[in-house]
Amino acid sequence: MLESVFFNLFAGLSVLSGMGVVLSRNTMHSVMFLIFCFFNAAGLFFLLDAEFIGVIMILIYVGAVMVLFTFVVMMLEVNTARLREGFLQYLPLGGMIAIILMIEFVGAASSGVFSNPAIATAEHLPQSINNTEEIGQILYTQYLLGFEIAAIILLVALIGAIVLTLRTRKDAKHQKIAAQVAVRSEDRVRKVRM
Amino acid sequence: MIELSQYLIVAAALFSLGIIGLFLNRKNVINILMCIELMLLAVNINLVAFSHYRHDLSGQIFVFFVLTVAAAEVAVGLAILVAYYRTRRSVETEDINSLQG
Repeated sequence: MLESVFFNLFAGLSVLSGMGVVLSRNTMHSVMFLIFCFFNAAGLFFLLDAEFIGVIMILIYVGAVMVLFTFVVMMLEVNTARLREGFLQYLPLGGMIAIILMIEFVGAASSGVFSNPAIATAEHLPQSINNTEEIGQILYTQYLLGFEIAAIILLVALIGAIVLTLRTRKDAKHQKIAAQVAVRSEDRVRKVRM
Repeated sequence: MIELSQYLIVAAALFSLGIIGLFLNRKNVINILMCIELMLLAVNINLVAFSHYRHDLSGQIFVFFVLTVAAAEVAVGLAILVAYYRTRRSVETEDINSLQG
């Protein structure tokens, strides 16, 4: 009973805040709605016995990814009025595609394939099972290769982001010690014939 | 007791909202990235729901990989956006056509 109350709360709020992400005029408001959406999705993950994923969702998405979004939105000076031009121009096409997709998904979800008694309802795991430990046991054995590849992807993204945003300023007056040490007297002293 | 199909419907709603958002906010690159995040979140909800109802933890492992790729995508995408903004002072997709040859 309590579980379905919380499910309805989290599901409803996540869909509502998803609407807020799509429809709000201010980009900053979209970011805030998306943060709220991630919190509610983390609540859904807790209901699904995936505590570790829920915590990771809050820590990584809200704590890192959305902070990055906030930082970029605040740093860039965006002309919102120009960006809103033609906001509703593609609404018929986009709305039609999304509604058809939604009908397909809902039809597939409630078609009876997933109401098979073996998978339709699942009991919660006992308190003694530690989700983090279980994930660790298969992540570091069965999925070790995927784990390593994920690490490499993150490293590449890190280096790529730095390389893309790094720039050496032309107007800065840095001291170039190597050039100072390597200078020869011919570079500085010029003999002129009188 | 909550059924699997209820979670699937929530995820479907979030995914469709992401697609509508792609069409509505197609001028603003930041909003497009946020809509992609919304769609990836819907995928994650599906994966975790199936993992719970099938008693198979592999779904949660795949959520990790989706999360990794999403974080990398956001980092590189926003870096490209910042580098682009420096040269053109705009983040509109209609201005980003210098590469079309």
